[in-house]
Amino acid sequence: MDTLNKALREHILILDGAMGTMLQRYKFTEEDFRGERFKDWSSSLQGNNDLLSLTQPKAIAEVHRNYFAAGADIVETNTFSGTTIAMADYHMEELVYELNYESAKIARQVADEFTEKEPHKPRFVAGAMGPTNKTASMSPDVNDPGFRAITFEQLRKAYKQQAEALLDGGADILLVETIFDTLNAKAALFAIEEIKEEREIEVPIMVSGTITDASGRTLSGQTAEAFLISISHLQLLSVGFNCALGAEQLTPYLEVVSNRSECGISAYPNAGLPNAFGEYDQSPREMAKQVEEYLEKGLINIIGGCCGTTPEHIKAIAEVAKKYSPRKLNELILH
Amino acid sequence: MHEAKPRYLKLSGLEPLIVTPESNFVNVGERTNVAGSRKFLRLIKEEKFDEALAVARHQVEGGAQVIDINMDDGLIDGKESMVKFLNLIAAEPDIARVPIMIDSSKWEIIEAGLQVVQGKSVVNSISLKEGEEEFIDHAKKIKRYGAAVIVMAFDEVGQADNFDRRVEIAKRSYDILVNTVKFPAEDIIFDLNIFPVATGMDEHNRNAVDFIEATAWVRKNLPYASVSGGVSNVSFSFRGNDKVREAMHSVFLYHAIKAGMNMGIVNPTMLEVYDDIPQELLEHVEDVILNRRDDATERLLELAETVKGKNKEKEVDLSWREEPLQARITRALVKGIDQYILEDIEEARLAAPAPIEVIEGQLMTGMNVVGDLFGSGKMFLPQVVKSARVMKKAVAYLLPYIEEEKLKNPPKETEKARSNKILMATVKGDVHDIGKNIVSVVLACNNYEIVDLGVMVPPEKIIASAKEHNVDIIGLSGLITPSLDEMVYLAKEMKRQNFTVPLLIGGATTSKAHTAVKIDPEYQHAVVHVNDASRAVTVVGDLLNPASAEKYMVGIKEDYLDFRDKFLSRGRKKEYLSIEEARKNKWQLDWKKTAIFKPNQLGIQVIDDFDIHKLVEYIDWSPFFRSWDLHGRYPDILEDEVVGAQARELFADAKEILNKILDEKLITAKAIFGLFEANTVNDDDIEVHFEGDAERNAKTFMFRTLRQQSKKAVGRPNIALADFIAPKENETKDYMGCFCVSTGFGAEEWAQKYRDQLDDYNSIMVKALADRFAEAFAEFLHKKVRKQDWGYAANEDLDNNALIKENYRGIRPAPGYPACPDHLEKLTIWELLRVKEEIDVELTESLAMWPAASVSGYYFGNPEARYFGLGKIKEDQVADFATRKNISYAMAEKWLNPNIADD
Repeated sequence: MDTLNKALREHILILDGAMGTMLQRYKFTEEDFRGERFKDWSSSLQGNNDLLSLTQPKAIAEVHRNYFAAGADIVETNTFSGTTIAMADYHMEELVYELNYESAKIARQVADEFTEKEPHKPRFVAGAMGPTNKTASMSPDVNDPGFRAITFEQLRKAYKQQAEALLDGGADILLVETIFDTLNAKAALFAIEEIKEEREIEVPIMVSGTITDASGRTLSGQTAEAFLISISHLQLLSVGFNCALGAEQLTPYLEVVSNRSECGISAYPNAGLPNAFGEYDQSPREMAKQVEEYLEKGLINIIGGCCGTTPEHIKAIAEVAKKYSPRKLNELILH
Repeated sequence: MHEAKPRYLKLSGLEPLIVTPESNFVNVGERTNVAGSRKFLRLIKEEKFDEALAVARHQVEGGAQVIDINMDDGLIDGKESMVKFLNLIAAEPDIARVPIMIDSSKWEIIEAGLQVVQGKSVVNSISLKEGEEEFIDHAKKIKRYGAAVIVMAFDEVGQADNFDRRVEIAKRSYDILVNTVKFPAEDIIFDLNIFPVATGMDEHNRNAVDFIEATAWVRKNLPYASVSGGVSNVSFSFRGNDKVREAMHSVFLYHAIKAGMNMGIVNPTMLEVYDDIPQELLEHVEDVILNRRDDATERLLELAETVKGKNKEKEVDLSWREEPLQARITRALVKGIDQYILEDIEEARLAAPAPIEVIEGQLMTGMNVVGDLFGSGKMFLPQVVKSARVMKKAVAYLLPYIEEEKLKNPPKETEKARSNKILMATVKGDVHDIGKNIVSVVLACNNYEIVDLGVMVPPEKIIASAKEHNVDIIGLSGLITPSLDEMVYLAKEMKRQNFTVPLLIGGATTSKAHTAVKIDPEYQHAVVHVNDASRAVTVVGDLLNPASAEKYMVGIKEDYLDFRDKFLSRGRKKEYLSIEEARKNKWQLDWKKTAIFKPNQLGIQVIDDFDIHKLVEYIDWSPFFRSWDLHGRYPDILEDEVVGAQARELFADAKEILNKILDEKLITAKAIFGLFEANTVNDDDIEVHFEGDAERNAKTFMFRTLRQQSKKAVGRPNIALADFIAPKENETKDYMGCFCVSTGFGAEEWAQKYRDQLDDYNSIMVKALADRFAEAFAEFLHKKVRKQDWGYAANEDLDNNALIKENYRGIRPAPGYPACPDHLEKLTIWELLRVKEEIDVELTESLAMWPAASVSGYYFGNPEARYFGLGKIKEDQVADFATRKNISYAMAEKWLNPNIADD
């Protein structure tokens, strides 16, 4: 991963924007989601975006292509819900390995296309590992606060399967993201460490938490700094935040982690806060302007976008980022 | 790689805690520790979690920056309690804001704790006690879970109790952690063992100084590491005198913090402000803590009396010399005054019919008072040691007279010809011996001969030494929780080997409750819990005095029985649903979506003489070792540090017999199984149809299943096996199976042959192996059914390990086991399959299978089917079951009794 480390030191790396927002543009129907293969599947499949990697692989490749073309260095695989836990809703637990493997493969192919065309700007694939739809340190039942719908062990196993498939499919990086419960993330990191040991490989890891609102805490109640401490036991490529907030609202928390961390800092905020209709309407220019504030302060190594962001947003951000040098990294961390 | 950049210990709950040189001493709350707080233990035992949370909250509000949680107690399920309590804490932001210290001597509890905390916690603790391999393994996992760690100054040899050993172990632990495990140095915290001072034993005088100096060494030589410890230990000898204890804690901390101790378990209410300690007390306490003078302990003891406000005898008051003889002897013992003891004893001797009766009379009476005072915290350890010295002096004086008496009346006192011997040992796996040594000293002072086997004594050695020395009493000690199990084991072993001598149980972790509930029932002779040294003398006296022994033993047995009954019946209040409500909350499978697989071959098949060679690979060896009381998972057990050698030897012997069985074909394996159409009727019954046999075809076979009745958390069903089969009204055809396998044919005869040759070892071996074959056959058959006869898992490819872990689809619950504890259904299986007629396996009147090496059960193939425990059920279900089965209530009650909840 020398090229990745080198790139991280030389310039601000651009992460892609939202996958879901882009897929909405295709207006896929239930039949499109099912494709030929799942036409008789017992449960409804519309909305299972991860499945599109199998039934609409061209669309997924196209989204990746658009983001690379907009200037992204890294794209995230279409695997936000790619665990047995999240796939249980669709009774697709059996397909989890395949979903991740194929998603990584699609992104890999597109990334390689671009790297070949522009060897000076190598492109990378980050295997996205979402938070699942269950929390290990909170009870879903207000009357039974000691109850847990999921255990560390279950999460570890599920994440391990996902991470293995992502690596097998060609992911360069594993991205544990949109963390609203740090214990879930710790299970994912535990699984990744196991894989590293078993396969005797190094895997660059990005960790991205989610500060849910102005309280400045994760959903599971941790402050930004407590979150940082809780996941700092491993060597990380980067740590940072994504989702829930717009670029502007994210600033104070990025400052907290940037000042206290020796690894890279990442941010991929939403396109502002949602409007009354739940839509994100911040323009690319506006968002790029807010992001520029981080860059001026030297807080950032990796920047991209989350909900509501499009290739246009990424293009605007990439253009701004070109003007700034990345946050200084402690050389020791990079071996 | 020594960067200039500072590296601090960083922890987190919901909020961060960073330990910098500027931080004050990090105060760890200690009240949420069942080993340290009786109140907390009681709350956990009684499952009063709300109040237990209040204890935690109180700690945090009182300034604890970390809370130590410990659930190590022999009478609670430590793992379950740890997880439950940590989960509850997570829901309380005002508690969860601080980091958690997960405190246990059991790794499984630590790991369970690590799996439920989101912040960066501290593990308390690991050490080199069990060797490097385990140390490295645990450290690696702790790192992976993202926690800091407390390392005890402990290694294979024992606990560090002087400066050099502390330094040696700390250095070695640190090097392994930093270099081999790559553990972040700033996440290492050393617990350098705070031991009591002023115990009355000279070897304890440097306990505090050595700790302080070792702390300074660690902080200077092991970069970024922290030092912690449990402070209250240091003043243990003064329990009962809070004034002195508070001063001792403050003085100790003052010096230890100066030396670099930056974290510790302290009860903030047990601290005096250093500067507020009265000058005289301060000086005396510092003399003790810093070991500044030889008579420091004596002087502090003396001062302690006055500090307590009992300053009556500053002027030597000799008025007590005017009191009656017994009062004088008692006083001499209680106060440890040996000045006048000989004249008092002489007076007693002249008045007594025989000199021995002075010991058994006046002296013992006096020691009983000492025992009571110490027991109630009104005397301190060193004082007891002094009492013992007075006692010893008195006994020494009497001895020549006793000998003389013996010469005069030789036959009468033969039993007294030798002094009584007491074996003392700290049990396997435990190294704490302060308490044991004190008891030994006290008993030795009382003229008992002590056979002290030291620490970490394996049970075989205790048994062998007890025989060799022909001891009169065995005393076991232990401080850590796992020792409790060792004691139970030893009690069983004593019973097995027909011992009759009394068994004494002592040590900080032991309790009357544990002794009465877990140990006493295992040994038919006297078992006595002795919670302190001075009482040991009176208990031993009572047990060894022929006049009182029998009565005492009967009395204590009754007391424990009574205690046990009360304890066991105290019961937790469980809530139950009526059987109707439970049925409403049954496990609802979506029968439209569930894939039901029609078996490839319905009906019954018999396997008459199966080739047992094919079963060898299906043997699960772990239970085999367990049947020989060797605990551990195969194959790891063969390399186990403790039992590995025995396990290997046993395994070699087993292999020999196994080969004999295979070569000479000494056992015959038979099986019968059937797959049938089946549907659930009336919620809990499974109706089975058999096609292909006119007689049975005409009959409806019914399996009556039992349903869980305890009240479940929201969203969790009350399961019965019937839930795994489609209901009849659904008009979906479903299927189930049942089976019986046996590998007992030949085994019984052969085991008997060994027994006739007085070879019990091989006799048991044959039976144990036959049992393994039966289980292996059940495993094999289940796989065959899944892959072929039923065929729903034709592509299954699992190795034996995965089979043992039950990683396959479907289950094979056996009547008599947790999901269906009722044995009666075996009769239905026998009738349906004609087990007896076809393969000769019979049911005894208590419905056990004969030959014994047999297994029977059901097959369920639904992907959702899983094992569960029925738990307790209520009378309404028993009555309902009786009606369904058309048997009397009394009959149903008899068979279901172990599962009926008592109110």
